[in-house]
Formats: sequence, C-alpha cells, structure tokens
Amino acid sequence: MKQFLSFVRKEFYHVFRDRKTLLMLFGLPIVQIVLFGFALTNEVKNAKIVIFDYAKDIASQEITQKFEANQNFQLTKSLMNAKQIESAFKKENVKLAIVFPANFYEDLLHLHKAQIQIIADGSDPNTASTLQNYANAIIMDYQMDLLQNQKLPYSINTELRMLYNPELKGATTFVPGIMALVLMLICVLMTAVSIVREKEMGTMEILLVSPFNPFLVIVSKALPYFLLSMVNLTVILVMATTLLDMPIHGSLLLLVAESALLIICALSVGLLISNITKSQQAAMLISMMGMMLPIILFTGFMFPLENMPKPLQLFSNIVPSKWYYIIAKSIMLKGLGIAAIWKETLVLIGMTVLLLFLSLKKFKTRLE
Amino acid sequence: MNMVEVVDVVKTYNKGSLTAVDQVNFSVKKGELFGLIGPDGAGKTTIFRILTTLLLPNQGSASVAGLDVVKDYKQIRKMVGYMPGKFSLYQDLTVEENLNFFASVFNTSIAENYDLIKDIYVQIEPFKDRRAGKLSGGMKQKLALCCALIHKPEILFLDEPTTGVDVVSRKEFWDMLGRLKDQGITILVSTPYMDEATLCERIALIQNGKIMSVETPDEIIKQYPDPLFAIKASNMGKLLIDLRNNPYIKTCNAFGEFHHITFNNLSDSSMEILVKSLENQNHKEIEINPITPNIEDCFINLMN
Amino acid sequence: MSKEVVIKTDKLTKKFGDFIATNSISFEVYKGEIFGFLGANGAGKTTAMKMLCGLSRPSSGEAMIAGFDIYKQTEEIKKSIGYMSQKFSLYEDLTVKENIDFFGGIYGLRSEDLKAKRAELIKTLGLENEVNQLVSSLPLGWKQKLAFSVAVIHDPKIVFLDEPTGGVDPVTRRQFWDLIYDASSRGITIFVTTHYMDEAEYCNRISMMVDGEIKALDSPFNLKKQYGADTMDEVFYELARGATRKGD
Repeated sequence: MKQFLSFVRKEFYHVFRDRKTLLMLFGLPIVQIVLFGFALTNEVKNAKIVIFDYAKDIASQEITQKFEANQNFQLTKSLMNAKQIESAFKKENVKLAIVFPANFYEDLLHLHKAQIQIIADGSDPNTASTLQNYANAIIMDYQMDLLQNQKLPYSINTELRMLYNPELKGATTFVPGIMALVLMLICVLMTAVSIVREKEMGTMEILLVSPFNPFLVIVSKALPYFLLSMVNLTVILVMATTLLDMPIHGSLLLLVAESALLIICALSVGLLISNITKSQQAAMLISMMGMMLPIILFTGFMFPLENMPKPLQLFSNIVPSKWYYIIAKSIMLKGLGIAAIWKETLVLIGMTVLLLFLSLKKFKTRLE
Repeated sequence: MNMVEVVDVVKTYNKGSLTAVDQVNFSVKKGELFGLIGPDGAGKTTIFRILTTLLLPNQGSASVAGLDVVKDYKQIRKMVGYMPGKFSLYQDLTVEENLNFFASVFNTSIAENYDLIKDIYVQIEPFKDRRAGKLSGGMKQKLALCCALIHKPEILFLDEPTTGVDVVSRKEFWDMLGRLKDQGITILVSTPYMDEATLCERIALIQNGKIMSVETPDEIIKQYPDPLFAIKASNMGKLLIDLRNNPYIKTCNAFGEFHHITFNNLSDSSMEILVKSLENQNHKEIEINPITPNIEDCFINLMN
Repeated sequence: MSKEVVIKTDKLTKKFGDFIATNSISFEVYKGEIFGFLGANGAGKTTAMKMLCGLSRPSSGEAMIAGFDIYKQTEEIKKSIGYMSQKFSLYEDLTVKENIDFFGGIYGLRSEDLKAKRAELIKTLGLENEVNQLVSSLPLGWKQKLAFSVAVIHDPKIVFLDEPTGGVDPVTRRQFWDLIYDASSRGITIFVTTHYMDEAEYCNRISMMVDGEIKALDSPFNLKKQYGADTMDEVFYELARGATRKGD
C-alpha cells in the first residue's frame, strides 16, 4: 500500500511540475468550452428572417408570433410577393425565409398534414442548417401545443432531438459533446504519454526490475489521472452551468458516475496506446490524431449521425464517446434516469471491460 | 557458488536478422567484481537485460543466484539492483524524492539501508532538494547508484555506469564499487573504457555479440602472444604509416604518445634493424622500449 | 614559417544570469592543427564550442573564426566550418549515398563536385557495397567515420568534433584518428573533445578547462613535464580534481 501511495504521489509531482501537462489538463477544457459554447451560440443569434404568408390564418399567425418571440431570429418583415424573397436574401442579408402555403390551417386540421417551406441561405451551410433546425423546432413546438390542446392525431414527422431543447441554445447540444471530447482526449493522452515517458526515460526498466507488481504500475498511473479528470469534469460542469446557462435536469450523481465510467474507458484506451508505442511523440500523435477526429466526427454533436452513410453510422458504434454523449444528453437535457439509459451504459461498461482486459493482457512485463 | 551463470545464450532482434548476442558463456562468482568490456553494439546491454529478466533469450539459459531468468523472474527482480545504461531516474523529481520513491518501490526506506549508501549519499546530500535533471553527469551516476542500492540487493547490474562521465568522477565511481564489493555484494559492470578493465577482478572481452575471452585482467595480459614494444619519434603520423609498411613489423597501433608494435620473427637484433631502417626514412629522436601490453592491446589483438 | 591563426579568442565570456559558464577564455588555434579541447563535465566546454560555431552569442569578449567575426559574421562562420557530434551526425533513415548528397547539398557543392567527392569518400571508407544501405544498418564505428567524412565534405577550414569516438571499438577508434590525421595534413584544423586520454595525446596541443576557465594549454609532452605526470590521465586528474563546479 505504501508502495502504491508513493507511486501516486510521484505521479502528481510529474503533473504539477510540468507546465505543459498542466496547461493541457486544465487549459484545453476551458478553451474548448469557450470556443464551442460561446462562438457557436453567438453565431446564430438575431438571424434575420422573412415570412411570406399565403395562408394568413390562425396557425400561420401563431407560428409567426413564435418566430418573433424567439431570440435566435429577428423577423424583419412579412413579404407579399414571392419575387421579393430572392432580393431579400441578396440585399438585406436575410438568412431564412418561411413560406406558408394557402390553406395551411385547413390542411392541418382536415388532412392532418400541412407543409411549410423553409428557404435558407445555402452559401453558409453551417448557419443554414442550424437555423433550419431552430425553425423546425419552433414549428414542432407549435405542433406540440396543438396536440395538447386538441388531442388530434396529427401525423407529422418531427425531429425529436429538438423537442427537448425548446430554448434552442447552441451550447446545450454542444456541452455534452465537449464533455465527451475533452474527457476522452485528456484521459487517453495523459495516460498514454505518462507511461511511454517512463519507457523513453528508461525508468520503466528499473520499475520492471523491481518487486513492484507491473499491474500496480498501471493502476497507480491510472488513479492520479482519474482523479484529475474528475476535477476537470467539475470545472467543465461549473463553467457550463454558470457561463453557458446549461441545465442539468437529471441526477448530478448519475451524471458524475457515467462520466467516471467514460474516464475509466478512456484510461484503458490510453493504456492500450502506451503498450504499442515507444516514444512520447508517437503516443501523442496517435492519441490526438487517432482519437480527436473519430470523436468529433462520430460522437454526434458536430455532425448528425443520422445523415451519415450506413457504414459510418455502424462505425460510430465503436466510439465510446457516442454512447456517453447520448447518456449525458439524456441526463442533462431530458432529465432522464438510469432506466432510460441503461442500454448505453451497458455498452460503455462492456467497452471499458474489454479495453481494460486487452491493455492488461498486452502490458509487457519485459521489454519485448 | 556462482551468482550468475550464462550458458550458450543467443539473442536475436528483428526476427533473427540481427544477432546481438551469439553463443555467450560465462559465470560470475559470489562477491566478485566482474566486468563486461566491449564497444557500443557489442551486446553488453542485451546480456544485462537478459540477466535482469527484461528480455528473453532465444536460445540457451541463464540464471541469477540459481534462479532461472525466464521461469523465476519474479524472485530475481526482488534481489537485484539495476542501473540501466541511460540515466534512468525521474529528472523532474528532486534527489531526495527519487531516492524515497525507489525505496518505497522496493518496500523499504532510506533509513533502513542507510549504512550501505551512506558513503555515496553524503556526496550528493548537499543537493538533495535539487531536481535530478539539473545534476552533473557524475552526480547523476551517484544518485542512480544509490537508488539501485537502496534495497540492499545481493547482486548489482551496472550497465555502462561511467560512459560520458569525466575522468575524476569515473575514478570516484570505481572507488565506490570497490567498497561495495568489500561488503559482499556481487557486481556485474559493463564499460566501453578498456582502461577500467584492470579495476575488475575478472573480465569478459566482448565484441560483435561474441565473448573473446573471460579471465582475470592479468591472465588476459599474460596471454598476449607477442612481445610488445612502444616506439616514438619526432613525426608520429609519418612513423605510423612507415611502420605499417615496414616488413619487420607485424602489428602497429597508435597509443597515446607512443605507437605499440610487434615484430615478425623477433630476434635480439630486431630493434636495431628497425631503428636503422626508420632512420633511413628520415625519422629522428627514435625511442623504442619493450612494454607490458594493456587490456586495449589485448582487445585489439583478439579482434584481429 | 609563421603559423596562420584560424581561431582566435580574446576574453570570450558567456553568462547565464549570475552563472558564468565560460569565463574570459583566450587562445589561438593554428591552421592544420589538431587541437584537443578537454575538461570535466560541466567545465563549460559545450558552451564554448557553441559560441565558436556561431550558435550562441557571447556575453562579452572577441573571437575570430576562420577570419570571421563571431558576432557579425555567424553565417560566414557556418559556411567555413564542419561539425560532428556523437549524438547527432547522420540521418539514420537515409542511405549512405542520400546522406552524402544531402550534406553536400546544404553546403552548396555543385553536382559534378559532389559526384567526385562522393566517389572518393566511398572509396576511402571502403563503403562500396553499402552505398545504398540505410545508415541505421551500419556498425557504429562506420557511422562515425562516415559522419566525419561528411562533416569535411565541403573542405571547411575548421572541423569541430564533439566526442566523436565515444563508445567506438579500439580498432575503429584508431581508423577514425587516421581520418583526422589525413584531414589535418590537408590543412583542415581539427578542434576535438574527447573522454579518452590516450586520444588527447594524438593532439598537437591541448587546452584544459576547469570551472569555465582554461587552466592549462600546451602540447601533451609539455603538460606532462609541467605536472610531473606519466600520462595525460594524471594531468587531467590533477587539474580537474580541484574543480568546485559540478553542474552540467
């Protein structure tokens, strides 16, 4: 036990004496939160929209009011002529146009089906798709109102994702994603680099030629980084809730527990990487390049997985952060409990056990 | 009793394309100061790593204190002290933190075995709050030795402890090894410096993965096949070239201020004849004396 | 015959904060000379050598290297010197030929000159069969010999060698010195550091640094006489023993 503690203490010395490590450990999450959180939310505030209303009925008016009330949009004017739409986009920097067809409310009432045309400025696809999502959400919101009031079975395809995010804050979709990204990256990187450093420095040789159990080397490497990652998690959560008004509707304890699970999973990936690399640079490169891109691509917070080709969608299943993202979103945004996310949790546990097993099995008690 | 026993050990790298250690045999007695002498790439480090259970031999067997390096590696790891070739301590930890850490890794404390390291530790104690990375080469070696000794090992493996260290520190280091040996610790040390060979009780000369000779330094010197002479003249560079082309000369090697030579068909008049022939080649201030070979002479001889 | 001076330093000093790494060193090195630059670890050898190569700016003092000013003409200095160290010398993942071509290229050798040089160099070193092999596959001794030949490929006025023979076997070590003698006879000045005291004897003159200062400078013969020593080892020990500084 004394061995173990002194190993852990030594590991903390390493972290606190190396400015680069410290910066990476605590600077990266802060920068990420600020970057993703602020930059992305500000971008879509007060986007100019125009409404072209053929219908002029209750439904179209109510929806228009909802648009007016939303701070993401700034309703500049209502158009009377279809030709004006193009000039509005060209000259007035309008980002989105909403077109209500004639008989909108009638269709909705009797056919249980109605159409709204959303025209977005495709020259800025990111903003366009974000705004389109926002607009969709507003319309869905209206449908929800209708459903509640009249109990009529409207069959309209909705994007459930937005339903639970009525305030339409960019940050809320990003924060769980950033949490997944930061925790994964940092844990993988730190563990891999710190073990490979021992190899590179030659200290691993001395540790191996000692009664110290090699498995204990792993555990005592993992523990400090686990603790530091938990601190990191706290920093992220505090920043998200205070700076970005991010809600945590569900159980904080559950969220922390699930995050701990992801951290352990990431530590195992780090261990695995450290087993197959010989230099710190290689470990860093694999951790950064090999992890960053898949995490950003396949977690689902930057690019919707639904729109990806099937093979890529299948591939996304092996990225642990994808499952964590679903879990974190469910807890933070939807306020759901373990009953709703036990499947995802099981997947994550399974991955962790498998990775841990692999990395322990691959850990070399000799130099080759 | 033999502390180390190496029998027909072969070690190859890159799927057999590179043979690092080739059919090596030697043994080290208990309490002996044994030297593995050879240049870089001779296979010294590989042998050390096999004995410290870090590498598995491809063929042959090796044991430390009667324990097999493959099967009983866990027991061996408890009783050996190892100082790898490269400085292998934590550069960002202080002298004291390093020592404390390694003490607890071996489940002991500095106080417990202080007697053993006292001699060495007092020299670095003034710097105990300094980070190991900021120590000089000689100081680093002393700290590394302290760390390797902290658990009172029965046998010490020191892989090139004096490489890159200046003459003064090297001398001090060997003095320390002598004192450790007096306390009954078996020491296996490797070095590329031939002049350090005579400080060991027995040595193995190793080159290209093969052991050329295992003997006491005196015995190795005794086995040198030819009488050896040291020669010098005013122009040493030209002398070297002329000697190499001289029909009376068998071997000629530069050695500090002298060249060391052996004769073909040595006779009483050989020296005279040589001096004359060199004088004919305009060499001045020629001085020639019979000398006892040193280990480097022997090594060069065995290499050829 | 007056000797041509190729390195001249006058009170050359380098300070790092309060620490004086190199303290007012003054010496001259002549054309074609083999000059041994010795000293204990931390005596300030590396710092001095970096200044002479134009890599580090002195805090005070003057120096002329190959006729160029150490402050203003560092680029000219770099063109007229060669450098080889134990740690970095050649690209391990390039072949022998590629290494020669690369270093010839950065020193601006014209392609026909380079071709002739390459052929000559490969012949002298006996590397005909290894031309297209990766440097990493060569034995250490061969690498060091090749590295030296590459360091003098542009016929520099001075070549700086930082522990060129560390860890090399005794036979190759001597072959290496044959190359040094050969370069010296062609008028190239050799400025060399070493831990092997027998190699110190091969030098025409030796300087001995202790605690940032040059404590002795003479031929090996005179130094031994001066200190009443039989070997350079003893001279070195006598001088370096008094060192107070133990930092690298």
